[in-house]
Amino acid sequence: MTRRAGFTSFIGQRWAVLFFVIELIFFSSLAGGFFALNGVQIVLFYSTTLALLATAETMVIVTGGIDLSVGFVMGFASVVSAKLVGGFTDRGLPPDVALLLAILITLAIGLLPGLVNGLLIARLKVPPFLATFSVQGITYGIALLLTQGSAAVNVPNLANMIGNGYFIYLIPGHGISFFTAPPATPGVTVIDIIPTMVVVTVLFIAICAFVLKRTKFGQHTYAIGGNIDAAVRAGINANRHLVIIYVISSFLATLSGIIYMLEYVTGKSDAGSSFMLDSIVAVVIGGASLFGGVGTVWRSILGVLILSVLEMGLKMMGVQTFDKYIAVGAILIFAVLIDQFFPELIHKED
Amino acid sequence: MGYLLEVRNITKRFGGLVAVNNVSMGVNTGEVVGLLGDNGAGKSTLIKVISGVYPADQGTVLFQGNEVHITSPMDALAMGIETIYQDLALAENLNTPSNIFLGREKMKKILGFLNVLDHDYMQQESRKILEKLDILIPSLRNRIRALSGGQRQAVAISRSIYWDAKFLIMDEPTAALGVAEQKKVIDTINRLKSHGIGIVVISHQMHDVFQVADRLIIMRRGEKVAERITHETNADEIVSLIVGAETVTQNPGRAAAP
Repeated sequence: MTRRAGFTSFIGQRWAVLFFVIELIFFSSLAGGFFALNGVQIVLFYSTTLALLATAETMVIVTGGIDLSVGFVMGFASVVSAKLVGGFTDRGLPPDVALLLAILITLAIGLLPGLVNGLLIARLKVPPFLATFSVQGITYGIALLLTQGSAAVNVPNLANMIGNGYFIYLIPGHGISFFTAPPATPGVTVIDIIPTMVVVTVLFIAICAFVLKRTKFGQHTYAIGGNIDAAVRAGINANRHLVIIYVISSFLATLSGIIYMLEYVTGKSDAGSSFMLDSIVAVVIGGASLFGGVGTVWRSILGVLILSVLEMGLKMMGVQTFDKYIAVGAILIFAVLIDQFFPELIHKED
Repeated sequence: MGYLLEVRNITKRFGGLVAVNNVSMGVNTGEVVGLLGDNGAGKSTLIKVISGVYPADQGTVLFQGNEVHITSPMDALAMGIETIYQDLALAENLNTPSNIFLGREKMKKILGFLNVLDHDYMQQESRKILEKLDILIPSLRNRIRALSGGQRQAVAISRSIYWDAKFLIMDEPTAALGVAEQKKVIDTINRLKSHGIGIVVISHQMHDVFQVADRLIIMRRGEKVAERITHETNADEIVSLIVGAETVTQNPGRAAAP
């Protein structure tokens, strides 16, 4: 390999990292308080829901498909869980039991959109684009019906405590407390470290990253995305595999919706409306190929962080977030061009 | 001992079209048979009957002396009958060991309960099989996409041999390859022969077939029109048999003695 090709390859593989670093330097110097503990935590906290959707989207895109329904499955889940927990508490259940029941039932219901997607795509050979687009409409419609077009807000305060709680509370010189905030005392400063929802999100992302990279299931996911005929000839049940992938995608979107409900103490049918595009953009920035077979969860998460830093940074600078859409569009075009022109440089080894 | 693989009186029709008409042939262990014919002569259909893609309308298939019923490609694979397709059936986004072990991955346990891919083992085994067949792949970690056509062909062959193929069907193995690469594939086929594998090669490259095949079977319009020992014939005769310019009587007595 010539030096020039080596250089292009280097940039091709790492432009997203470089871009992220430049972004951080830019906003740290221009937006006050951005690179402080709080600033970082706000970005991470804001990223949780999108990160789960991008993880779901990564698994689907690696198979060569696409899931346009994740954003609205997320909104649907936030509405269903909010409605359920509200209903349970109205019937006299204590908030903790109501919340737990609502979350479990929502997770179960949340498998259905994925099952429909998977069966349409794998069994009936409907193109993923159309199948998931239809399911998106249906889940959005049901969520709108459930809320009569408004938001589901009858959520107990316990959700707020969990959703906006922190993993560690540090009282300098006095002690440390996990998950529950110490009672507010005048004159004592409590440092909040790592939002609980970030911990939950990272846990699920790590499991998915592990499954995709190190297990037989993950290997078959890449094989199906690379050459589905080869996978089938090698004895892999590609149809069943695809159904499972879309169910996982829908499960993660549902989880994302539940986290949204806990964080914002509300259920909104359009909670994830902008995430349909953002999740795909994050995955593409992460170097995944929309043709399938290439992409990793952690790189997609880098894509998520690039988008979140951009949005939060612009907000902190007081710039209107409309500019974000223009920037996101430009980044997407750049990412796709890199993939188009240097695929062999980016994807030479696995 | 009889043929490794033998087909008797195979007929395959598609509606009114008789694609393969009452064809019989056999391949010995360690023998390469070239299957020749113009487009539409029925070569591919015959091969697909053997590899389980199409069921035959009439006739029997014998493998290692026993009559077998191959109803799907999976049946054929389980018996050790492998087809190396023109499109190679490799996942181009994965590396060589991943392709050799695709669908049959070697796992190992970590932390006592998690089953993960054993990349080290798969890499070592892949290196062994490639060495055994004297195949050079620059880096096993390279994705298939980064390999040349001949190297891909070699990976596909290695996979079938690693999983104990006894009989190989190769569809146009040298098509779309450069001259140097064609020679490598031919070397590989000769090496497989010395390992006792039975091989059928379909090819339009007369020159290549003459280099590797011990015996040639010529088909025309679904029928077997001739069978020749390679070193007793020449390209001119074969071409005229393929296009039907010369009337030739079938001479099964000249088939290689098993």
